[in-house]
Amino acid sequence: MPSIVMTVNGKSVSGEVEGRTLLVQFLREDLGLTGTHVGCDTSQCGACVVLMNGDSVKACTVLAASADGAEVQTIEGMANADGSLGVIQQAFQDNHGLQCGFCTPGMVMSAADLLRHNASPSDAEIREWLEGNICRCTGYHNIVKSIQAAAASLSA
Amino acid sequence: MYNFDYLKPGSLAEAVEALKAEEAVALGGGQTLIPTLKQRLASPSVLVDLGGCLDRDVLVVRDGDCQVGGGATHAAVAASQHAPKWLRAVATGIGDPQVRNLGTIGGSLANNDPAACYPAAVLGAGATITTNARTIAADDFFRDLFETALDEGEIITAVTFPTAASTGQSAVRAANYQKFDQPASRFALVGVFVARRTDGVRVAVTGASASGVHRWGAAEAALSADFSAAAVAGLGVAPDGMLGDLHGSPEYRAHLVGVLTRRAVAACG
Amino acid sequence: MPKDQGIGASSLRREDVRFLTGKGQYTDDINRPGQAYAYFLRSDVAHGTINGVDTTAASAAPGVLRVFTAADLEGVGGIPCGWLITDKNGDPMKEPKHPILAEGKVNHVGDPIAVVVAESLNQARDAAELIDPDISELAAVIDMRAAISGGPAVHTEAPDNICYDWDFVAENKDAVAEAIAGAHHVTTLELVNNRMVTNPMEPRAAIGEYDAARGEHTLYTTSQNPHLTRLLMGAFVLSIPEHKLRVVAPDVGGGFGCKIAHYAEEAFVTWAAKEVGRPVKWTADRSEAFISDTHGRDHVTKVELALDENGKFLAYRSTTLANMGAYLSTFSTCVPTWLHGILLAGNYTTPLIFTNVKAVFTNTVPVDASRGAGRPEATFQLERTIDKAAREMGIDPIELRRRNFIAADAFPYQTPVAVAYDTGNYQATMDKAVAMADLDGFAARKAESAARGKLRGLGIVHYIEACGIAPSALVGSLGARAGLYEAATVRVNPTGSVSVFTGSHSHGQGHETTFAQVVAEMLGCDEANVDIVHGDTARIPFGMGTYGSRSLAVGGSAIHRAVEKIIAKAKKIAAHLMEASDADVSFANGQFTVAGTDKSVDWGTVALTAYVPHNFPHDTLEPGLEETSFYDPANFTYPAGAYICEVEVDAETGKVEIQSFIAADDFGNIVNPMIVEGQVHGGIAHGLGQALLEHCIYDSDGQLVSASYMDYAMPRADDLPNFTVDHSCNTPCTHNPLGAKGCGEAGAIGSPPTLVNAVVDALSDHGVTHIDMPLTPSRVWAAIQAAK
Repeated sequence: MPSIVMTVNGKSVSGEVEGRTLLVQFLREDLGLTGTHVGCDTSQCGACVVLMNGDSVKACTVLAASADGAEVQTIEGMANADGSLGVIQQAFQDNHGLQCGFCTPGMVMSAADLLRHNASPSDAEIREWLEGNICRCTGYHNIVKSIQAAAASLSA
Repeated sequence: MYNFDYLKPGSLAEAVEALKAEEAVALGGGQTLIPTLKQRLASPSVLVDLGGCLDRDVLVVRDGDCQVGGGATHAAVAASQHAPKWLRAVATGIGDPQVRNLGTIGGSLANNDPAACYPAAVLGAGATITTNARTIAADDFFRDLFETALDEGEIITAVTFPTAASTGQSAVRAANYQKFDQPASRFALVGVFVARRTDGVRVAVTGASASGVHRWGAAEAALSADFSAAAVAGLGVAPDGMLGDLHGSPEYRAHLVGVLTRRAVAACG
Repeated sequence: MPKDQGIGASSLRREDVRFLTGKGQYTDDINRPGQAYAYFLRSDVAHGTINGVDTTAASAAPGVLRVFTAADLEGVGGIPCGWLITDKNGDPMKEPKHPILAEGKVNHVGDPIAVVVAESLNQARDAAELIDPDISELAAVIDMRAAISGGPAVHTEAPDNICYDWDFVAENKDAVAEAIAGAHHVTTLELVNNRMVTNPMEPRAAIGEYDAARGEHTLYTTSQNPHLTRLLMGAFVLSIPEHKLRVVAPDVGGGFGCKIAHYAEEAFVTWAAKEVGRPVKWTADRSEAFISDTHGRDHVTKVELALDENGKFLAYRSTTLANMGAYLSTFSTCVPTWLHGILLAGNYTTPLIFTNVKAVFTNTVPVDASRGAGRPEATFQLERTIDKAAREMGIDPIELRRRNFIAADAFPYQTPVAVAYDTGNYQATMDKAVAMADLDGFAARKAESAARGKLRGLGIVHYIEACGIAPSALVGSLGARAGLYEAATVRVNPTGSVSVFTGSHSHGQGHETTFAQVVAEMLGCDEANVDIVHGDTARIPFGMGTYGSRSLAVGGSAIHRAVEKIIAKAKKIAAHLMEASDADVSFANGQFTVAGTDKSVDWGTVALTAYVPHNFPHDTLEPGLEETSFYDPANFTYPAGAYICEVEVDAETGKVEIQSFIAADDFGNIVNPMIVEGQVHGGIAHGLGQALLEHCIYDSDGQLVSASYMDYAMPRADDLPNFTVDHSCNTPCTHNPLGAKGCGEAGAIGSPPTLVNAVVDALSDHGVTHIDMPLTPSRVWAAIQAAK
């Protein structure tokens, strides 16, 4: 079984995994980081989005072994050092950008990647970027609003 | 997924060697292969991750052609200053941001999904595919649905798009890709790539045909004589041989081929 | 100035903190010590006779604990249906057994045949591949019209595949026929209400656990109603008494109706945990969800609307085939009847209404509630038909609706379809929507679209729905096998903080915030001092759960009643402390005072006294401060609203783009405007998904063609516009203490016909009069070609 070492939310972690172990399984089952969710099996819903070496990826479509040596950030690593909500998280709460919360971790991680590329996206750019994140609750309106608010806070 | 051994070779030579194993399968970005494995539709004995041995860069080579490393992600091509605008646009339209961050051009071409975008761009531009063993012209590369000229274990190392006329070859002066999304998968229900080259016009169609990506000869002839949307306005493709499914009948796809070709021509300027 | 606390404040949601930090706890996040994993082997054919299931090889596979088939489930009952519908002939509906695992026959793709329980999920799935069920395939029946016209029978109990044949209102039948025959104008429309897969983002999951020493079972499950699941599973399937069965629905990632039903997997893991002596966990992947979650809608309907020369509605008749799928799921039978027929008056004074509904068995996944459940189907047929009538008669569609609205001073209004609307003002919501939509500018916008080669259309709808289900005595008389009250316990703790235990489960609705606002308002305390507990039968006294937009109207009213009892008792304690008569004590802003004196005691003192009763009226009161209320509503509630949508159609490709969507809803009193707005957004998106994208399609062999997100198009961010939502037109509900009507389903009910009306308007110059949903590019293009 491959041995893997990676940095998750700033901490070095290691484990032995089967070849077929997905990154999301390693995060949820081996590391107990259950904030990253699995909502589909065809790589479309985006509930499992994490950052890998700074880029958003679907953790259900990456082998854990392929992430050997990578820096991974999950929703559990998005809060401020004092435990308070980070800027994007706070914007989602302030703008009611979530309801059942299941797609939310993926939305937040995807938004983080977007704002890294585009500090002041238009509504249309946000909607286009979210092509890989499906939400059944919000109708996206308040997610777009949340990301706009986060962009404004980050560039203030 | 069925279990498999996982290897990540550090060099192309090692990868070629590893792929000689019985039931060995190459893993590019994994954005198609991993979902396939999850459905238990394939059972490789060993998965050879090419992430450690393939060139990932987009470069201007020779006298100005654009060479894309076999391991270059769609996101890398979309963001590259070295790629022509039309190629960046094709890459930007593939999948979603997360797919673009991992999916590679080599993986996409080797898979040759009949609804994928890159095959249309590569065939339409008349690009050249370089493997560990040889170079293959796009016209010789795409065989049928999910079938290519690649031999067992052969690895795509680079794709070269003819963007400079001075190489002696013909070059793409302008090009445009029109993709009409299948509403669920967001693959191309139909995609048409039109390239205006120094030696004439090439038109490649993806998503529509039951035999995969193909060139549309009649449109090429008409557009080579008169590069205008009007020149192809009267042309139609027959629904025979077109794909039909819940997202569109053969008639609808045939109709879209015409519409998108005209739009691509108009967008080429 | 907006309030920052209590009723009417847009309080930020407290539950968000855990969801935004990855600390939510959904069922699949739970792992129990020593748990084993279940994998269900499901039928890959739609209809067949099971000759045998050889599990020998699977049983011997690595890691396998046990393999189960129906033969192992002796003593386990079938899954009950929660609502008995009586046929027009007075006979009870046909109710074939719905076994946990297929017994002798498989009836749909996805019907579970066997279950492997193993040390790991991969081992269970590997072993399941070694099971080779011997099945003789039978001809499948998929199309409802074929099913009732001599198609193969799904169940021997229903040789014609008809579950029930229902007339409503039966006495109106002849009068309606007469009115239609003699009318100035009759508009007819045949339509399909497309089948949907409900698709909450969290797939279903369940963990069963058994404590042998105590004889206690626990089920963790993705349910909207843990008490209902306990009732159905305990009483009908597994024969476990309530006090030995705990059902926990922790954080649930959306429900939308498909997590109401009690499912086979829940019963199996609960039962199997005892059999194998280990906790047993099952989690669906999305592919499995597509063939095992209940589906929604799937009606085929023919409508006739009779009008006089002024456009007054004279009579309405519809006949519907409603797909039940292969088995009767929990609420399946009431969806096309009592949640559908009673809404056919809409907002209008139509005096005569008759509908016939035939519920049909087919070899497909069971169909049950899905956001709106019956009411979207009613609204769709009515509002599409009115739109067509307006076009045929040359009357403006807004004007035609206004001519037929029930007047604002006509409430309470008895409809000809059993229900009486308590309150409403439809002209007001229509006025509001029209004002927001800038209809005067439409012609210019249409011309601008045309200049870009696009066809612009405008769609208008005014919907009504019936929420807050429902009075128990009424639904009991209509065939419900349960009461539909809600329960709440309010416990004031010794330091004055408050714990509320509610039967209304929250899976996205924000109850933890909204209910705390209600209590804080009533007690004059900080919301932070109120905790809302839900989702665990071991902690909550009882409950019927969350569906039918009932949580605030029914569950919130139960909390309201319990807090009223708390205040009444607290006043007595305060009166004792202040040496006053309790009739003289008033309570406001957390202070008890005696009129005409300067005497006062605060909330904390009274709470502490209740638990440290040294100076206490022991002669007349018991110590403690905790009250329970079971609130049974007196009527449904009737939210209503006007929706307006503008679209642009690319006639060359058939692609529809939504340009704007406006909603003016009347939800009665509103506790948290921010949350209400979010519910409306989500509902509209769900309805637009149905109208534009989502289609659950079976082929003629019963294979599900749209079986994953590769082929089933969920609405995504770039399919939708920003929404303009207003809820300032409020006529409070007259019969519940909060005056609340419910808001969770409105958007999904009103938006489908609005979108279709808009697209038909855009294409009217091409001669298109109707397109069945979803209006995908290929279907819109085909409709344009067909009209040529």
